[in-house]
Amino acid sequence: MGKMATREAYGRTLQEIGTDERVVVFDADLAGSTNTGRFKKVFPERHFDMGIAEANMVSAAAGMATCGKIAFVSSFAMFATERACEQIRNSVCYPNLNVKVCASHAGITVGEDGASHQCLEDLSIMRSLPNMTVLCPADAASARMAVKAAYENPGPFYVRLARLATDAVYGEFGEDVEFTLGKAHMIKDGKDVTIMACGYMVEQAVEAVAILESEGISVRLLDMHTIKPIDVKAVVKASRETGCIVTCEEHSIIGGLGSAVAEVLVENAPCPMLRVGVNDEFGRSGTPDALMAYYHLTGADIADKAKKAIALKG
Amino acid sequence: MTAEEKRKLELFSAKMRRWIIEGVYNAKSGHPGGSLSCTDIMCYLYNMEMKVDPANPSDPDRDRFVLSKGHCAPALYAALGLLGFFDVNEIKNLRKIGSFLQGHPCKAITPGVDMSTGSLGQGISAAGGMALAGKLDKKTYRVFSILGDGEMQEGEVWEALMSAAHYKLDNLCAFLDYNGLQIDGAVDDVMSLGDIEAKTKAFGWETVVIDGHDFEQIESAVNAFNANAGSGKPFFVICKTHKGKGVSFMHDDASWHGVAPKEDQYKIAVEELDARIRELEG
Repeated sequence: MGKMATREAYGRTLQEIGTDERVVVFDADLAGSTNTGRFKKVFPERHFDMGIAEANMVSAAAGMATCGKIAFVSSFAMFATERACEQIRNSVCYPNLNVKVCASHAGITVGEDGASHQCLEDLSIMRSLPNMTVLCPADAASARMAVKAAYENPGPFYVRLARLATDAVYGEFGEDVEFTLGKAHMIKDGKDVTIMACGYMVEQAVEAVAILESEGISVRLLDMHTIKPIDVKAVVKASRETGCIVTCEEHSIIGGLGSAVAEVLVENAPCPMLRVGVNDEFGRSGTPDALMAYYHLTGADIADKAKKAIALKG
Repeated sequence: MTAEEKRKLELFSAKMRRWIIEGVYNAKSGHPGGSLSCTDIMCYLYNMEMKVDPANPSDPDRDRFVLSKGHCAPALYAALGLLGFFDVNEIKNLRKIGSFLQGHPCKAITPGVDMSTGSLGQGISAAGGMALAGKLDKKTYRVFSILGDGEMQEGEVWEALMSAAHYKLDNLCAFLDYNGLQIDGAVDDVMSLGDIEAKTKAFGWETVVIDGHDFEQIESAVNAFNANAGSGKPFFVICKTHKGKGVSFMHDDASWHGVAPKEDQYKIAVEELDARIRELEG
């Protein structure tokens, strides 16, 4: 199966849902990179380039949403969620408007542009906003389903998209793969440890599973595509049935998937849990592969953490 | 404008001011100064110009109003309450737990509020989005917004001005409540706006300067905005106003930006405003 970036899946899905005239798309001079340019080609009258002015873009999209539009807003994750953070909070989430923030270039795999453009805090920030639903799809096929879920369900959404073209985990782009909002997707069942991953880390986790199973360890692998609301049942079940958990995210270990899972565990079903993620530091320039290795985000790193988690079961 | 129309507007404004004082006094907090300075602009828009229906506040074809200087919510609530969007007596519960009248406008729970505002700079952007939607849908509704002078210091305002001109939003009319005072003192001392008329013109907005307490001048400005339709230029009205207008001891005093009157001060304000209402009711 061919590689495709989740941002490209986003642009192609916008073309698909764009036949609905309520759909409007905003970008901040990055239409080529975020892939909203694909929508612009087909529906130019409903694509608004707001220039390099993210704050105004978000509040203007909110104003449009008050007039019955379904407003998609795109930029790099860094600028959408942090430059325009307060606009997302006060103009979008507080009035609970139909604005879908679909941000590309999240995580470390932005690569050579370096730390100023690599967003490692977006899940943490977006997750803390009332009324906001937070999605982080793993591949192109599931990204299409995530964007369609954002389109079909009213209210604010944040959809985390990546620059890097990655492997298909669910299937080819365009297939109606299984994707239920708020429900973790079990890629593989197992009994010794549960690995919970989101975004590009699902692909790494698949590698980790291969390593661990070759050593006789039985692994449950869950794609946690919905970061908020987190699938409480799946987390509790994983704790009770496998006894330990490893979370994996291309994000700071503070506030993202790991934190969301930990919150559920400590209140419901405590068990040993370890986090794979960027350890409270900024990114840096390098190729995506080099960065994944540098920050210990590879399949081998996940497999190591899984063994440590199993050892903690005692 | 006939003399009778003018008297009615003055009476409505006096009643708005009376409710502003009532609300802020009962809440023991809030922003009387700026609410009193933008009262007359809002009074004119709601009574003479905007197509809005208290019985159908979500009509998709209504004119929109965005109070970008959201801290002046008491003035908006007074206008909406007096027009019957809700029971005006609810203003006595302003800022209290359980009330739908929040400290700053909340679209989700208050009838007639078109956008949640309070964080400065965002309202004018949202108003631009509404105007853009109107253009896209080929609707004839117009969007009105009131900005504060201190608010003009926010960078987002200038992003919004730039994009409104770029997208030719001649269905958007912004009023600047230029009372010259902000929390820390005179705008010119805190962060001068410079030649604001030249700046808004340079940003591509048709711009006029008026006395924001003179209903005939407000009417002329709004008529000029309506005549400007089709020009492709958004319309900016710089309104010279007085903070605390209508209450003698608040007049032009920055210290009344964000504090409520004490009981003795409340009594004086009520006396003054009630006398004004009686005079206008004749």
